[in-house]
Amino acid sequence: MNSKLLTALLGMTIAGLAGGAASAQTLDTVKERGQLRCGVNTGLPGFASQNDQGAWQGLDVDYCKAVAAAIFGDASKVQYSPLSAVQRFPALQNSEIDMLARNTTWTMDRDTTLGLAFAGVNYYDGQGFMVKKDLGVNSALELSGATVCVQSGTTTELNLADYFRTNKMDYNPVVIEAQSDVNSAYDSGRCDVLTTDASGLAASRLEMASPENHVILPEIISKEPLGPAVRQGDDQWFNIVKWTHYALLDAEELGVTQENVEEMKSSDNPEIRRLLGEDKDFGASIGLSKDWAVNIIKAVGNYGEIFERNIGVNTPLEIQRGQNALWTKGGLQYGMPIR
Amino acid sequence: MSVETETMPRRVSGSSMLNNPTVRSIVIQVSLIVLLVGFTWWIVDNTARNLAAANIASGFGFLWSRAGFDIAITPIPYTSNETYGQALIIGVINTLIISAAGIALATILGFVVGIGRLSGNFLIRMLSTVYVEIFRNIPPLLVILFWYFGVLSVLSGPRGLEENAFGVYLTNRGLQIPAIIFGALAWASLAAFVVGIVAAIVIARRNKKHQLATGERKPLLWTALALIVGLPILVFLVTGLPAVLEFPTANRFNLAGGVQIRPEFIALWLALSIYTGAFIAEIVRAGIMSVSKGQNEAASALGLRRGQALRLVVVPQAFRVIIPPLTSQYLNLTKNSSLGLAVGYPELVAVGSTVLNQSGQSIEVVCIWMAVYLTISLSVSVFMNWFNAKMALVER
Repeated sequence: MNSKLLTALLGMTIAGLAGGAASAQTLDTVKERGQLRCGVNTGLPGFASQNDQGAWQGLDVDYCKAVAAAIFGDASKVQYSPLSAVQRFPALQNSEIDMLARNTTWTMDRDTTLGLAFAGVNYYDGQGFMVKKDLGVNSALELSGATVCVQSGTTTELNLADYFRTNKMDYNPVVIEAQSDVNSAYDSGRCDVLTTDASGLAASRLEMASPENHVILPEIISKEPLGPAVRQGDDQWFNIVKWTHYALLDAEELGVTQENVEEMKSSDNPEIRRLLGEDKDFGASIGLSKDWAVNIIKAVGNYGEIFERNIGVNTPLEIQRGQNALWTKGGLQYGMPIR
Repeated sequence: MSVETETMPRRVSGSSMLNNPTVRSIVIQVSLIVLLVGFTWWIVDNTARNLAAANIASGFGFLWSRAGFDIAITPIPYTSNETYGQALIIGVINTLIISAAGIALATILGFVVGIGRLSGNFLIRMLSTVYVEIFRNIPPLLVILFWYFGVLSVLSGPRGLEENAFGVYLTNRGLQIPAIIFGALAWASLAAFVVGIVAAIVIARRNKKHQLATGERKPLLWTALALIVGLPILVFLVTGLPAVLEFPTANRFNLAGGVQIRPEFIALWLALSIYTGAFIAEIVRAGIMSVSKGQNEAASALGLRRGQALRLVVVPQAFRVIIPPLTSQYLNLTKNSSLGLAVGYPELVAVGSTVLNQSGQSIEVVCIWMAVYLTISLSVSVFMNWFNAKMALVER
């Protein structure tokens, strides 16, 4: 893992040498290659993980598929790059990947100093704590003196330090690079507490030897808006990823689903007709075909369908829509109008 | 003579300057330096400009901004309010600690096993061979993971432990031992310890002189032990035992108090020592075998016992062969300590990669990594070269 990181960094240096030519025209490069290179988590059930046939699935993976479908009309034309927390930004910066959909928190620092552009928030999350039930802990404020397992190089690591310091509590950090190693260290009893984004905790709990022995504490100690990111300097590419996200949200709001998208084309609703490219060709403005949104919805469904399929209440993760419900249903997800 | 002095300058001035070896070598060296400096400048300038074009911040200014993350093992005081620079210094110190501890244990293991491989006892010889052949052929990362996940993680937890009288606990949180808290008068014992060492050295020198003058060997061991160990204990008793033991006690989550040696350190330390020890054993064996059999026989003929022959005749000669490759092994161990990243031991690479990811300054952090490892490696080399020169056979 170490050498992989160094390779990525070396690659970045070389990319630096080769000049900024790689920055613009990402769409042309992707079309020429015939594949979208998408950076995903190395393994986070519900967001990005491989099933027993080796196929990638998850909410983040569906965002990769959606962008591929918008470009090629074919969601399978994606090459996935599993990346650790430390590897993800260099991989995007040196053009090893075209977009990063890896439960990455949108922060000002990342948005401004790393040369990244976040295209939206596909999951509103917050950091939480998980402990073993037999400890009898009911609140994060009881955790003084505990040993805490955390992944290195994440916003989680910083929030953890701030939370314990501001609440005047002590803790022993155990900081490990790969989330799977963090989970197994917690499960084996090396730590009393596991901390990461609440969605990640729900996913990690499934990997424990006996998931029913672990409890997620009620405190959410941070804002973690997770979303896909691209490199700065290519506005067209940024627009494609951004409007793919909005198309998914708008489709849910308008009731356009994977199943009914064909019949919806003949709908009278002008908003639906614009989304599906029946009235005006919005695809052309981002360098795509007229039926770009139709292709997205055919491939992965709308945002609600993606959510329910991967992490919703009928999946092992059993996550409620909560903040991730549409704005019309009291949530924060709000698709900008296509017109 | 006069003919030569007249013809020489004429020939030089008549032919090209390039045929003058001094001028030629200066020209080649200067142009090489110019090329190298130019190439480096071109790389640095180009990279800086491209980073700026991609809106990626660069420069070393980030070293002075707040780190915001905690580090598990801090040999000097550190909180998340310190800077990235201080976090990296902690990383360097932790690298030095694990390297020094690893080098010490690997050397002991290597010498014991290396001599063991030449033992006349079949069992010792075979055990040594099996050790070398197994650990030399396993990647060090696997050995680290084996100790961390395979041995230390499966120990029982700190809760519900039975208290023991010694206050020593080995759990999956590491090794917890009582801490010694010294009182005000403890400095007297420390001073006695130093005095004891100095006195022992003085006596050893005098004995050596005496031996060179008269050939008579005076026993040293018991005098030295009494001075170095006995004297401080005596002072300690006289001053009224100015120290207390702080025993670890269980709190809600962990054992608190006492000294904690974390499993990350133990796993990395054992793995690096055992891995490098296997190579050192082979180097030691090679060194001893390089001393010809005649030396041993001559020593026996002079009436030296087997132990004396090994210590006074064989080992000093073997050292000439052992030291140069031993240096390489020490350097390897130091560099392999970067594998601590895998189990979360906060050495330079682990802390650096956190800094890298939190600050986004990858190129700068990689430069710091390279500069630090280069400095450590060169320092070890310089020391070992000095040691090698000192141990070299003085030929008359």
